[in-house]
Amino acid sequence: MIAALTEGISRRAALLLVALLAALILAPLFAGDYLLTVLILILYFAYIGQAWNIMMGFAGQLSLGHALYVGLGAYTAASLYVHFGIGPWLGLLVAVPVAALAGAFIGFLAFRFRVAGVYFAILTIAVAEFARVGFDHLSWTSGSSGLFLPVKQYAHNDLWLLRGHPAMFYYILLAATVLAVVFCRALLKSRVGYFWLAIREDEEAARSAGIDVFRYKMIAVVISAAMTSFAGVIYAFYYNNLFPEQVFHISRSIEIILGPIVGGIGTLFGPILGAALLTGLAETLTAALAALGIDLPGAKQVFYGICLLLVITTLPDGVWPWVAKRIGLGSRSK
Amino acid sequence: MSADVYLNVAVGGILTGLVYGLMALGLSVIFGVVRVVNFAHGEMMTIAMYIAVTLFTAFHLDPLIMLVPIAAVMFAFGYVLQKRLINPFITRPEYSQFLLLVAVAIIVVNLLLIAFGPDAQNVQTSYGYDSFQIGPLIVDATKLYAGVAAIVVAAALFGFFQYTRPGTAIRACADNYTGALVVGLDVKHLYALTFGLGAACVGAAGCMLLLIFDVTPAVGPAYTLLAFVIVITGGLGSMPGALIGGVLIGLTEAMAGLLFSPSAKSMFAFGILVLVLLFRPQGIMGKRTAS
Amino acid sequence: MNALLSVDGVSKRFRGLVAVDRVSFEVPEGGIFAVIGPNGAGKTTLFNMVSGVFPPDAGTIAFAGERIDGLPPDRICRRGVGRTFQIVRPFPALSVEDNVIVGALLHRRHVSDARSHAHEVLRRLDLHDKRSQRASSLTLPDRKRLEVARALATDPKLLLLDEVMAGLRPTETDRIVAILKGLNRETGLTILLIEHVMRAVMALASHILVLHHGAAIAEGLPEQVMRERAVIDSYLGVEAIA
Repeated sequence: MIAALTEGISRRAALLLVALLAALILAPLFAGDYLLTVLILILYFAYIGQAWNIMMGFAGQLSLGHALYVGLGAYTAASLYVHFGIGPWLGLLVAVPVAALAGAFIGFLAFRFRVAGVYFAILTIAVAEFARVGFDHLSWTSGSSGLFLPVKQYAHNDLWLLRGHPAMFYYILLAATVLAVVFCRALLKSRVGYFWLAIREDEEAARSAGIDVFRYKMIAVVISAAMTSFAGVIYAFYYNNLFPEQVFHISRSIEIILGPIVGGIGTLFGPILGAALLTGLAETLTAALAALGIDLPGAKQVFYGICLLLVITTLPDGVWPWVAKRIGLGSRSK
Repeated sequence: MSADVYLNVAVGGILTGLVYGLMALGLSVIFGVVRVVNFAHGEMMTIAMYIAVTLFTAFHLDPLIMLVPIAAVMFAFGYVLQKRLINPFITRPEYSQFLLLVAVAIIVVNLLLIAFGPDAQNVQTSYGYDSFQIGPLIVDATKLYAGVAAIVVAAALFGFFQYTRPGTAIRACADNYTGALVVGLDVKHLYALTFGLGAACVGAAGCMLLLIFDVTPAVGPAYTLLAFVIVITGGLGSMPGALIGGVLIGLTEAMAGLLFSPSAKSMFAFGILVLVLLFRPQGIMGKRTAS
Repeated sequence: MNALLSVDGVSKRFRGLVAVDRVSFEVPEGGIFAVIGPNGAGKTTLFNMVSGVFPPDAGTIAFAGERIDGLPPDRICRRGVGRTFQIVRPFPALSVEDNVIVGALLHRRHVSDARSHAHEVLRRLDLHDKRSQRASSLTLPDRKRLEVARALATDPKLLLLDEVMAGLRPTETDRIVAILKGLNRETGLTILLIEHVMRAVMALASHILVLHHGAAIAEGLPEQVMRERAVIDSYLGVEAIA
């Protein structure tokens, strides 16, 4: 009886998942240029949110400096391309280890010395800010005047060099997000996933249950940093320009984490739903203010802030658990 | 460069650092009692700075004199914010509190942007270019007044916590939450009071800082971050620690600005933070809490 | 019988205050060893040193013939020492089953193996019916047993129980006593427990150590220890009557 019920739910979930995926795959055929850029933005945040969620939602480590990994990924790949003509996919082979190393550095500093909670969060901000100011003064990446990737008109999409139509970036990000969700689900169902949850729930009890807390926290931060840096590489080749003031700024780090928090921390679909809601909200506000003829810089952000406030006060566990219950996926919305 | 230059810059840095210390003191007091990290701290300071700028441009009221009423306004703001908005969140996880205060910060920054525009504003006091000469030492009048005012306000706060009834009650509340509940203290009110005091501190610090720096709506986050760096350096929850941390960071920034480049000065502040977290995670004046 | 755990001359000071003062004892393999004593006698401090929360200031602790003093808690647990906390600490947002799987994964690579082991342990602790509930929704007696289950799932040779009966009703106490006795008899599990509930101590322990002001004042078989003057004066005199 119970088995039949759970099977019914998972079939329903599978159907919804296939429908969503089909819609996302077909979307560029119907979406105009504007909508496509919005969708790209959503997928970008959904993907990074997934990566951040590994640290916070699974292992319970609050990072407020994920812009660091985006920036390192972006700058490494872009510099290799600009200086040596090395394409982004080869660049990944350097960019990912660089970001992972940075994550390992922060993790080692923090977890060895039991820097936790708020202190850890602020350490992550501090390192990101350190990088921001550092890159401002690094002449190899053109410092604060910005690093630009050569932009030419291409007749074809060059998947190897990531030069071409936004739709190409859309599909790359879509694939990355799907892979990230599958990967995260696999992690969550594995030994390391159980250990992470234990650490998140009660570090001391986890240690007493024999878990090498330091080691598993390190694994979380390294995986999260490595995944995030991939988004950075895509960012660099999508926007074609990088400024330390923009990529490493704390407001970028905050943007990254709003999605998963609003969507639901520790859930697999929370980061995706959160990214869609927040990006959608921001774009809708822009459009609405334009339609009303209001040209007030800041007005959009005020509304945005108010909406955030409403979500966080009314749905403290995030929107996804609430939605999941309503569309009949409650029991497996973990 | 002669030794005098170093000395002058160092003294200027220390005086500015005292004001930083007062700003951080507000953050430290709030964290020490309410256990909430005020991620909108710098943004709250910019509110006070804009009130001071407006009063100065409209009525030529000196920020140092207006410091008292502005601190009172900020106290009320902090009190209501804690009582209405933050209080339900004190038992929630850190990220939840963080998001709440980030939302507040976003709203504050952008309301200021709408009201005052993005351009930098400042006050031109009659003593803006005065300086005192003590032997080889030349001290800017603005920095000296600001630093002295910071000491006075901080001393008043110490006195409040040490010698008044509500001050003692708040300390009891910070030491032992359940105990405070048991003996019938109105914890909700005391928390709001504490948040108000923290806001008043940062408001007063804003008035002083206005003598030294310009204000834009966007500087809030940078000051929030600076306050964190100072508080962790000095020891989260330690009142003398906040002042000492402020002085240390003020001095570091000033010397780094002199020896390297002014734009790189925050790197040194973060460098100090990393060193402190590594070698003395509880901060200079903090006590290591046994878990 | 061989000693599974030997504690030799262990001391701990906190800010000059002596919490544990040169305590020595041996827990034989397959035994149930109880440490009793009034509040503040240093029992939990002793426990924390054995389980690795902090190292002793002096003395040595050996488990299965190897020094473990100064090792971190996770390493000690991996060697075969499971523990519970006086104030229970299950992982609140996880299900009962997942709580125990975490423990079972310590010596198992695959979640499926860990799950079947967890189910075995849950059956033993009378928690199998509640396996899909959130740990935070359990009652105190259930949470206490969950705590034991999680520790047990790590396949310990020695189980440290920190006041696992405290706050339970007599029927609940008897239930845990029966479970622990069964475990000891059938699997040869060695148990070291701190306990206030004398009813449980007398029913379980094959050996008792009495701590008072950080020092061992008596040790021996239960009936023997209970007759000792010092024990009656310092401990039973006050608490047994109260």
